[in-house]
Amino acid sequence: MEKPRPVIGPDNAFFWEGCKRRQLVFQKCKSCGHVRWPPAHVCPKCLEYDWEEIVSSGQGIIYSYVIYHFPYHPGFREELPYVVALVDLMEGPRVLTNIIECDSSALACDLPVEIVWDEEGEIPIPKFRLRKA
Amino acid sequence: MGRVAIIGVGQSAFVRSYPGGIRELAFEGFKEAILDAGIKVSDISASVVCSAPEYDKQRSPAGVIAEYLGLNPQPTFYVESLCSSSSMGLRVAYSLVKSGLHDIVAVIGFQKMSEITSAESQERMGRGADIQWESPFGTMMPAYYAMYAQAHMAKYGTTLEDLALIRVKAATYGQINEKAVYRKAVTLDMFSDPANPMSGPVASPLRVGDCCANADGSSCVIVANEEKAKIFSKKPVWILGLGSATAPVNVTGRELFTGLAVARAAAEQAYKMAGITPDKVDVAEVHDCFTIAEMMAYEDLGFAKPGEGKDLIRSKETYKEGKIPVNVDGGLLSKGHPIGATGGSQIRTIVLQLRGEAGPMQVKDPVIGLVHNIGGVGLYGNVTILGRE
Repeated sequence: MEKPRPVIGPDNAFFWEGCKRRQLVFQKCKSCGHVRWPPAHVCPKCLEYDWEEIVSSGQGIIYSYVIYHFPYHPGFREELPYVVALVDLMEGPRVLTNIIECDSSALACDLPVEIVWDEEGEIPIPKFRLRKA
Repeated sequence: MGRVAIIGVGQSAFVRSYPGGIRELAFEGFKEAILDAGIKVSDISASVVCSAPEYDKQRSPAGVIAEYLGLNPQPTFYVESLCSSSSMGLRVAYSLVKSGLHDIVAVIGFQKMSEITSAESQERMGRGADIQWESPFGTMMPAYYAMYAQAHMAKYGTTLEDLALIRVKAATYGQINEKAVYRKAVTLDMFSDPANPMSGPVASPLRVGDCCANADGSSCVIVANEEKAKIFSKKPVWILGLGSATAPVNVTGRELFTGLAVARAAAEQAYKMAGITPDKVDVAEVHDCFTIAEMMAYEDLGFAKPGEGKDLIRSKETYKEGKIPVNVDGGLLSKGHPIGATGGSQIRTIVLQLRGEAGPMQVKDPVIGLVHNIGGVGLYGNVTILGRE
């Protein structure tokens, strides 16, 4: 079975368009400067609409993570065990993602990670791996 | 405006699979509560029916349950906040009574989790993930408690053995609670034996033994104004404090993963309303859907400082004879967790404790009790403080 794929709509198209360029992009409020996540049509801090795009360096640290041993979606059965993590990016936002290309026993909170694009589907999906020294 | 009391409590046995439908299941907890309160069904002027609709086949279940329980033509309310639905129901009942709109209100919680198959249940819970920002990464909502566990262990040095100790305590009391779904003992050895199912990884760091038991069950709490409480009840238990809070559904919007912000906020409100500090609580029921959830509850409720919850369980201070007994009815881990019925069952346990009627689970002479009931993974938080005269 196929994995769930992003569902592209007007409020999030900029993000997935960024992914197609292999860029992790976020919305920065033009009024108050808040970098928001997840995408929204209005700034949750100051309620203003105008925003500009910033490109993330793709560098961050693992805040916390879970190793899945059970496929809650059958599309992930072949990946078991796989890692779901919260990554704090240098630019501010905390994103939910997968840590890949790793031995899960080598993981720990606060380890530095870097972006790696999952090219399996039509739209590249931003995932992370332990930062190479 | 007078005080608001709980004058009757009841619950069905929590079982793996209840043979009847939701009407019959709801009736079991309701009947026990009516008999406990010593009232007639016609004395009830409104009902609040609570469940989590993801498990229900019946739409708008309040209507069919009010009909079956003989509660027509009085009004009924349907209240849902996932696993904290019936604590939220109590909050609604309190408001209805305190406002003077109703004098006696029944809060009826139920869940027939076996109504859908395990595969359907997993599929529905999977759908609970945000399809845009979570599903592409293979996440599943309850597994976020593992995210909290990992963060708590990394920050405070809480160990897997500490979490297992909470499961061992739950099983100690589940064995003596005749309404519990899981009546067997659990030992630390089971967690260190790879061949034992308890040690099997689910969402690491959580193992099978760290997770609560699904169950079918119902609960009922009868809430009354002071005048009616004095007429019907020799031992009314007063609602002293209520707190309630919400957090972002999207976990990336949360700052804290070493505790539940909703529990801290709800506890602060409830303590303030009751005019007490955490050290005044004599017995507590906390939402131990996973072992880590009880550990965080110790800290979020102020029974221990952040990071020191592990000391409470290591020294057995949350056992029946300890400084602050917690979940001495088996908790969600052993008693079972029929979502919509859980809060009402926790309230029942505390009411029985305060009345000195908890049988083999009775704590010595408690005056003030607390219920901590969480919906979702820290999405909805309810804290209720109860006291006897």
